[in-house]
Amino acid sequence: MATVTLTPTKVPDLRLEADNIKPDVFAGKKAAEIADLHVFIGNTQYMLGEFFEVAGDGGASAAETTIVIDGDVSRVKYIGMKMTDGTVLVKGNADMYVGAWMEGGTITVNGDADAFAGMGMTGGEINVAGNAGNYLGAAYRGDWRGMQGGVIRVGGNAGSDIGTFMRGGEIIVNGNVDVHVGTHQEGGTIIVKGDAKSKVGGQMVEGEIYVFGDIEVMMPGFQHVEDADLEVDGVSGRFACYKGDMGERHPRRKGETIYGKLYLKY
Amino acid sequence: MAEYLIKNGFVYDPVLGIKGDKVDVAVKDGKMVETSALSNPAEIDASGMTVMAGAVDIHAHVAGPKVCVGRNFRPEEKLFRAKPMAGIKRMEGGFSVPTVLKTGYDYARMGFGFVMEAAMPPLYARHVHEEIRDTPIIDEAALPVFGNNWFVLEYLKNHEIENTAAYIAWLLRMTRGFGVKNVNPGGTEAWGWGLNCPTVNDPVPYFDVTPAQIIRGLIEANEYLGLPHCMHVHSNSLGEPGNFTVTLDTLKQAEGIKARNAFGRQQVLHHTHLQFHSYGGESYASKSFESKSKEVIDYVNKQDNITFDLGVVTLDETTTMTADGPFEHHLTELNHLKWVNTDVELETAAGVVPYIYSPKTFIAGAQWAIGLELGLFAKDPMRTFVTTDHPNAGPFIRYPRVYKWLMSKAAREDMLDNVLKYGNTVRDRCYIGEIDREITLFELAQMTRAGPAKALGLEAMFGSLKPGMEGDVAVYPYNPETSEDPEDIELAFSNAQYLIKGGEIVVKEGQIVSNGNKRTFWVNCKVDENPQVERDIAEKFKRYYSVNQGNYEVYAHHYVPNPYVIEVDATQ
Repeated sequence: MATVTLTPTKVPDLRLEADNIKPDVFAGKKAAEIADLHVFIGNTQYMLGEFFEVAGDGGASAAETTIVIDGDVSRVKYIGMKMTDGTVLVKGNADMYVGAWMEGGTITVNGDADAFAGMGMTGGEINVAGNAGNYLGAAYRGDWRGMQGGVIRVGGNAGSDIGTFMRGGEIIVNGNVDVHVGTHQEGGTIIVKGDAKSKVGGQMVEGEIYVFGDIEVMMPGFQHVEDADLEVDGVSGRFACYKGDMGERHPRRKGETIYGKLYLKY
Repeated sequence: MAEYLIKNGFVYDPVLGIKGDKVDVAVKDGKMVETSALSNPAEIDASGMTVMAGAVDIHAHVAGPKVCVGRNFRPEEKLFRAKPMAGIKRMEGGFSVPTVLKTGYDYARMGFGFVMEAAMPPLYARHVHEEIRDTPIIDEAALPVFGNNWFVLEYLKNHEIENTAAYIAWLLRMTRGFGVKNVNPGGTEAWGWGLNCPTVNDPVPYFDVTPAQIIRGLIEANEYLGLPHCMHVHSNSLGEPGNFTVTLDTLKQAEGIKARNAFGRQQVLHHTHLQFHSYGGESYASKSFESKSKEVIDYVNKQDNITFDLGVVTLDETTTMTADGPFEHHLTELNHLKWVNTDVELETAAGVVPYIYSPKTFIAGAQWAIGLELGLFAKDPMRTFVTTDHPNAGPFIRYPRVYKWLMSKAAREDMLDNVLKYGNTVRDRCYIGEIDREITLFELAQMTRAGPAKALGLEAMFGSLKPGMEGDVAVYPYNPETSEDPEDIELAFSNAQYLIKGGEIVVKEGQIVSNGNKRTFWVNCKVDENPQVERDIAEKFKRYYSVNQGNYEVYAHHYVPNPYVIEVDATQ
């Protein structure tokens, strides 16, 4: 396992677009070659080495490559975008699109991750120790393919519109979330261990949402079905189970209508 | 102006009867000329390459409000697909609904010189022409839609051909239109009432006229005027299992009508994207759905006053868009994706829905097969044109892939064996597996050049390298003597080595080097004064339209800065 360490040396005036920071690109490259990879600010092209000190060479493959960003990159976007394997560790905050459309591997952000983290991801794991922004695990604007696989764990709070058009995988938020959770959700699981505000499961077709705390305003399209004792992500408790969104179409399988399920912990 | 001599290429020209001979081709002052007319030409070495006239697309949705809706509501399609500007080439974006710039560049890369926008809502003709104006390189024209227009419905209820013709002439002039398009005759208007016209005998609510009356009436009015193009129909029940009987009923409306025009056109009815109209069975399930391409094409082969285009499904993720409003609603009910439906006042409607033709489904595989079957069963390549009903069955950039499938049995077998999940079921339910025919390059030139040019009434300008024709020449890096891999066909026809358009080099060594001098073609048809139609128009604008008559016309100076006007005299 080879480790490439990127130490930020200069804070860009605007946002740096660095989709080259991923194990798939770093693999098989020497430190000097990695420093020569391009990044963008707006439509102007720069080299990665102008903003980071690069230490260590990439491994033979993405799986054998670890990238450590030793500092704050809250102005660096697209870290780990579309990565398929390997490991990325960000020791500070990261800007938007961390792990967007990622297919495999692991990303850990010790600080906060801005919006669109894990957008449309199909596999792999994202761990955000701090807070996550809006559109966590959601779909790109206009797209109907949100998060489809993998796991996102957030230690703090998450913003609004998480899991929009989610079709698979799991989002676990330890803290609270803002409005619009699992809008148009068609699969997968969202677990909110704190409180949610409103518009939870709007136009939800399939999938599961668990809220351990309170939902400030429930959607009118959910019907109470039953109460059940469940163990959810290591926490046992009694949950009220709702089905919905009753205003949305629902598929039928084996003679049964499939609904989205919303669980509220007592 | 420049002179060019294209030397040593394998030339295919159906009009001149050249079948791959090495003939030198000359262009001077924007036109094709005899090689002896050149004095000091720039020489282009086409050794080992295929040379054809610029191609002609008879049916694609490339400009106008529904195309723009498609662009607006599919931002996800533009993601990661932008190509930056380079030299004189400007930025490109999109895939199934590309930007106007990408549209022009991609057609040029495929060696096209003329493209027909297949459905122009008259009220929004200005928008159509703005997009056409901004599409570089290719000459274009647009067909206004007539099949659900209140004037037409009212006139044809009583078979008033002269009035219908006068109205058509007026509307072509107002919209700078080219000919008569007829989408889901009557059905789109019925959709305004929540209904449809599934067969040609279902009367339109309120108007009490049948699709059959509309189809035959519009053919008769078209021939009364003697327009360059014939009536261009997308018949009722598009995409419905078992619709082939409706298609045959539609085609039969042309029986006994002879072409009457001064443009060399011999047919009176063009049926577009016939693939979508050649289905048997009662549902989309593989135990019921089947190809009826043979039944439809047997009729088309017998009737020499009909042309058609294929509408081949290319198995891509694409965006469907049509003036067939009820069909788009039907589609969104099927795939649950986002949907737009619009009603255009007295004239038409439209809908847009993204669609994925997945090779993992039986139905997409069968649709793919049916489109190709029609092209392979057709006896007359001069009446059979390659399209994908862009973007409905697939994006136009897939034409070269369709050529490959038409030209290579091996490529088709590879699809059935290795790409389609239900290849064997497709063999079972369709004819594709039994067909050995491979379209030749000469036939391809008929299907993509001479044929569509003739059907559009433009055989004096496009479709051949004959002296006097427009200086449109495409040179493809395809060697018919040595190429064996079918993939070469797709690659070569996607990337013309050279395109000379209107006598100017637009593609050079595979790169776009000029934005060309595109023109908008429209038909100015003179008819006798018709006070009744004039009064009807004035009254409808006063009573129903949301705009007044003075704000309706597509004024040439702004919207059509480079017109090419075809004059037709239909005065008696």
